[in-house]
Amino acid sequence: MADKERLRVSRRDMLRGAGAAAFLGAVHTRARAQESKAPPGTERIGPGATKVEFTLNGKKAAVEVEPRVTLLDALRDRVGLTGTKRICDRGACGGCTVWVDGKTVNSCMMLAVDAAGSDVTTVEGLAKGGALHPVQAAFVKHDALQCGFCTPGMVMSAAWLVDRGRKLALDDIRHGMAGNLCRCGTYTHIFDAVAEASEGKGAR
Amino acid sequence: MSDPKELRLGFAGRDQVEKLKDYPDDAPQPWGLDTGLEVVGKDHPRVDGVAKVTGAARYSYDVRFPGMLYARFLRSPHASAKVVKVDLAKAKALKGVLYTESREGTTVRYAGQEVAGVAAESEEILDDALALIDVEYEVAPCVVEVEAAMRPDAPQVLADGGNVRGGGRGRNRGDVEAAHKEAEVVLEREYRTQVQTHSCLETHGSVSKWEDGKLTCWASTQSTFAFRMSMAGAMGVSAADVTVITEHMGGGFGSKFQVDAWDVFAAKAARATGRACRYLLDRREEHLIGGNRPDSIQKCKFSVMKDGTLMGAEVEAYGTAGVAQGGAGVVNPAIYRFKAESSDQATVLTHAGWGRAFRAPAHPQGVFALEGMLDELAEAIGMDPLDLRKKNDPHPVRQAQYDIGAREIGWQRRKKSGSDAGPVKRGLGVASAKWGHSVRPMAGYGTLCRIEKDGSVLVANGTQDLGTGTRTLFAVLAAEELGLQPGDIQVRLGHTSDPMGPPSGGSQTAPSIAPVARHAAWLAKRRLLDAVAAAVGGDAKQMDLKGGKVVGAPKDLTFKQACSLLPDTLETGGEARNEFFSLPRYVGEVAGVQFAEVEVDTETGAVRVVQVVARQDRGRVVNTLATRSQITGGVIQGLSYALFENRILDPRGGNMVNADLLNYKIAGAMDMPEIVSIPFDVSQGGTTTGVSSLGEPPTVPTAGAIGNAVANALGVRVRSLPITPDKVLAALGAL
Repeated sequence: MADKERLRVSRRDMLRGAGAAAFLGAVHTRARAQESKAPPGTERIGPGATKVEFTLNGKKAAVEVEPRVTLLDALRDRVGLTGTKRICDRGACGGCTVWVDGKTVNSCMMLAVDAAGSDVTTVEGLAKGGALHPVQAAFVKHDALQCGFCTPGMVMSAAWLVDRGRKLALDDIRHGMAGNLCRCGTYTHIFDAVAEASEGKGAR
Repeated sequence: MSDPKELRLGFAGRDQVEKLKDYPDDAPQPWGLDTGLEVVGKDHPRVDGVAKVTGAARYSYDVRFPGMLYARFLRSPHASAKVVKVDLAKAKALKGVLYTESREGTTVRYAGQEVAGVAAESEEILDDALALIDVEYEVAPCVVEVEAAMRPDAPQVLADGGNVRGGGRGRNRGDVEAAHKEAEVVLEREYRTQVQTHSCLETHGSVSKWEDGKLTCWASTQSTFAFRMSMAGAMGVSAADVTVITEHMGGGFGSKFQVDAWDVFAAKAARATGRACRYLLDRREEHLIGGNRPDSIQKCKFSVMKDGTLMGAEVEAYGTAGVAQGGAGVVNPAIYRFKAESSDQATVLTHAGWGRAFRAPAHPQGVFALEGMLDELAEAIGMDPLDLRKKNDPHPVRQAQYDIGAREIGWQRRKKSGSDAGPVKRGLGVASAKWGHSVRPMAGYGTLCRIEKDGSVLVANGTQDLGTGTRTLFAVLAAEELGLQPGDIQVRLGHTSDPMGPPSGGSQTAPSIAPVARHAAWLAKRRLLDAVAAAVGGDAKQMDLKGGKVVGAPKDLTFKQACSLLPDTLETGGEARNEFFSLPRYVGEVAGVQFAEVEVDTETGAVRVVQVVARQDRGRVVNTLATRSQITGGVIQGLSYALFENRILDPRGGNMVNADLLNYKIAGAMDMPEIVSIPFDVSQGGTTTGVSSLGEPPTVPTAGAIGNAVANALGVRVRSLPITPDKVLAALGAL
């Protein structure tokens, strides 16, 4: 992984909406940025839009975004994939959970420029060849959703858990889903769904 | 009652009810307790489930158009101020800012009130533009706490009329003073509940787009039709020129009935610029102005005889719905048979965001105090709290629920309060709920059912699915009549161009529209069978549709083959006929009882709910899976209200200090108890389908049951929600 060298510019540093205009771009290590000509170390990007290329649900994707734009907003407003939901917008609810290089990430807490060169999977990319992921099928069967707004994030967290390939006890599921909030109160149905999806299946 | 886990009560069908003799034959026959139904009353995964788990479901929050503008208000950081000057010059000069509005000269009455609005081509430009607006305020003193606002010298929220409004409201029956005098035990206690924000995951708002003078709004609303009327009024156009679409909806819980200032701003910006414009609130705004459940201070004086006869219930209650006049109030006393009752309920104006209807308005807060008082009375006379309730509860369904619930939770395990050994103590508690049968049909309600020659079926209605499963309800009802499965039915909801349906409030949607939806499918079935008879002979009246086939015809036909005999597309319109809604009813009230078991750590003060058993009367169940979801969801929201949620305002400046989802805590996966919700069908009758109200009642008793369980564990009582560790430790004298 190249990210050991990366300086993460956190969402909070960006102070969205408060003095954002005065922000003159991020000092940013782009170990995997495709246009990097800077010597090893850092280069300054922004405040204008910059091109970010990454793999999205198995296909090449590119967006032109200012450094302050989150991966979440890039996916929703630039690429047009609105399955990933913006709910708390501050890393508290897990509604925007996607997979970046095989790990679950709150995409509202990651800048789009930090996803350069990464492999990103969203809820739209989970079903393969028209077949639902076992977690998706189990969510439907157990009615592990009501309004459905938290569901894409829940599904991405749950599918990641199940894909680890081991049978999950209730406590594993609780801990694994602890980063995702639901307002309608579907948790217990979700536990049933994840438990069933993990039964002897795990990784596909 | 062979299996104690099931109880079936109620109205049993036309032969047993005198009044039904006048019921017409050429209409769907009322379903009774013993009507054999093939599809209704079983587990049905929701028909839009796959769309929701794949991210394909498009919410109003997700609607995007090329060139669409993003809108937001600049909101006041002061709770009480005059907006002296708003300077928009720098914001307007920013490239990509296309529309602005100023609220210069207005009076700010809560932190978060709008002072200016901007519509811009991207959210980043919007951020920059809002930061460039200069506002000059004349800041005035504010008051955000109920008791402070009640003082004579408190800052006044409105120019005149005082901060305390509407005192004297409430129930008054009998002579409560005399009842207290006669009683053997009289207790006076004060209970408090907090402000809870709705915290809808999809925030409030809409996307507006004009075309040829006609407006389409993709709105996150609980009432598409009311939204259409109000928006037409605000825009000065006819309602016929406004279409509202709510395809999927990310939660409302009572807070999304109206067209709000932000919706109107987006529609105006869209009209002025010729672009689509979107204004969905951000998370902070959702907390500040998206609605809340008012708080309460309930001064209770209750009395009882030593044999458990309830005597007087006297309640003086104060609460604030912020700047909203009225809206605060509690359902206390209620449920139980008291000899005399009196309540005096006042709304206290404060410099805070508006309260709005919140899932069972006034009920959970009232029941928390009422049920706490019942337990305190029981303790005082040395009676089992369950016995006290059974002695004084007039409702036949709850009487049965007490026994079944007690068996399920193991009520006999309940120890004397505070007697559990060790630092982590367990306790059991019980609480009840009542709700009305909210059947409120409007003459204009309809449902379209369309069958094509290829066998495809569409059912359409303009009401919205908040996540309660309304879309699936239509599919199940149509499938029952047409002998199909819910997945065979395509359902279109949430378009005001389709027949009118109910607003989703008061738990009225399913009971009010189910007979109409059923009628549409029933008519379609009769017309289809007429076409079958015309084509292959036989008596259409003797035919029916079952299991995907025509039965009773001279020839074997599948549903699809029958449809191919139609001369053309068949379309019917269900109606809200009086006779569908004026049938005898079993009892006049929806009943519910919940039992909670908790574990309290007396060293840390942490409360963990171990188990909740929910007995909820739900009338005729259309979809058993969806009703379990509703009950579970109600319990979980009630648990979250009981233990965690609390809007905290800075008492000096009036700002909400936890306007996010990190510090405004909502129950999560780690907080979940085991939830047992056991089928409890009460065939209520009342309508041709007998569907009753379920959305709100299951969240009513949870906090009361948990509060009582905590008191049972500890031997001391926390009379204030949320029951946080600091309050537990304070009650134990450990702080």
